[in-house]
Amino acid sequence: MAMTWVWTGMVALSLVFGAATGNLAALGAAALEGARGAVELCVSMAGVLCLWTGVMEVLSQSGLTAYLAGAFRPLLRRLLPNACRDPETLSAVSANISANLLGLGNAATPLGIRAARLMSRGGGGAASDELCLFVTLNTASIQLLPTTVAGVRAALGCQDPFDILPAVWLSSAASVTAGLLTARLLMRVWRD
Amino acid sequence: MRLSEWIVPLLLCFAGLYGACRRVDVYAALTRGAEEGLGVLLRVLPSLVGLLTAVYMFRASGAAEFLGRLLAPLLSAAGIPPECAPLLLVRPVSGSGALAVGSELMERCGVDSPVGRTVAVMLGSSETTFYTVAVYCGAAGITKTRWTIPAALVADGVMFVVSALAVRLVFGG
Repeated sequence: MAMTWVWTGMVALSLVFGAATGNLAALGAAALEGARGAVELCVSMAGVLCLWTGVMEVLSQSGLTAYLAGAFRPLLRRLLPNACRDPETLSAVSANISANLLGLGNAATPLGIRAARLMSRGGGGAASDELCLFVTLNTASIQLLPTTVAGVRAALGCQDPFDILPAVWLSSAASVTAGLLTARLLMRVWRD
Repeated sequence: MRLSEWIVPLLLCFAGLYGACRRVDVYAALTRGAEEGLGVLLRVLPSLVGLLTAVYMFRASGAAEFLGRLLAPLLSAAGIPPECAPLLLVRPVSGSGALAVGSELMERCGVDSPVGRTVAVMLGSSETTFYTVAVYCGAAGITKTRWTIPAALVADGVMFVVSALAVRLVFGG
């Protein structure tokens, strides 16, 4: 529903502003131009983006994801001690985190859902502190390789689509840290 | 010889060899992944049409300029280029919408411009907060998300500011 308000608000504001500034003639043309531009942009990105997701699929089938999952278990045991007592939950959580790290959003979501279902057992519809933390970590995004964005940059003619990596890592680390700190604080002060 | 000239051929070669050594049907995996990419595009295209229509209208009417001028003091105090304003609105609520708005900004301002880079970093270091919360908690049968959304939104706010800051630090300017 949120996007309904964003979209309708933008169109309505455009009409008001267009009428006020006398740009109304350009408005209809701009709407059609936008729709055409959307398809052009999509087609121009298609080839490179598909090549990209293809290469990532090869890497993930080659076991890179499973390798990363093993590396993250010790850290997860500290962050989510209760959930990680159950080996099935631990494996779902670490697979989710490593798919996220590689920027494989499509693989991360089903794994994350499985982890969330396992963690919610016996909670009676209310999220436990650890489940809140797990979801917060997922919303903060912890990507080492933002593959979709890199694919889009490559498709738009960028010579070195991964030159943003250090900046992405810095920003991801900051947002995950902010999420963790806020979680720590809210865990203590939250009253249901 | 520049490193960037090597990246694409090397990556393709590495993926092929690594996969083949691990007994993966590399070509089948490549085409399956490409199909997944097509899926991403198919999911983005409808939002792209909807949002770009609105964005182009917004810009042609002069409303974008007005909003930009209105938000500019706030955004520049946080070090965020004012062009990014639409992305900040859409990012937490729609992933395909954010990719649509972001791609258009990158194309219009240039992928290697400060705005283009900031947009890319913002897209690369964030998730669709409300969608993620809805999907995970919905699938787990959670009706009380408690402090998840406040914590996630704080993380998003920090991410926006640090993305702009990180681009300035890494690329100068």
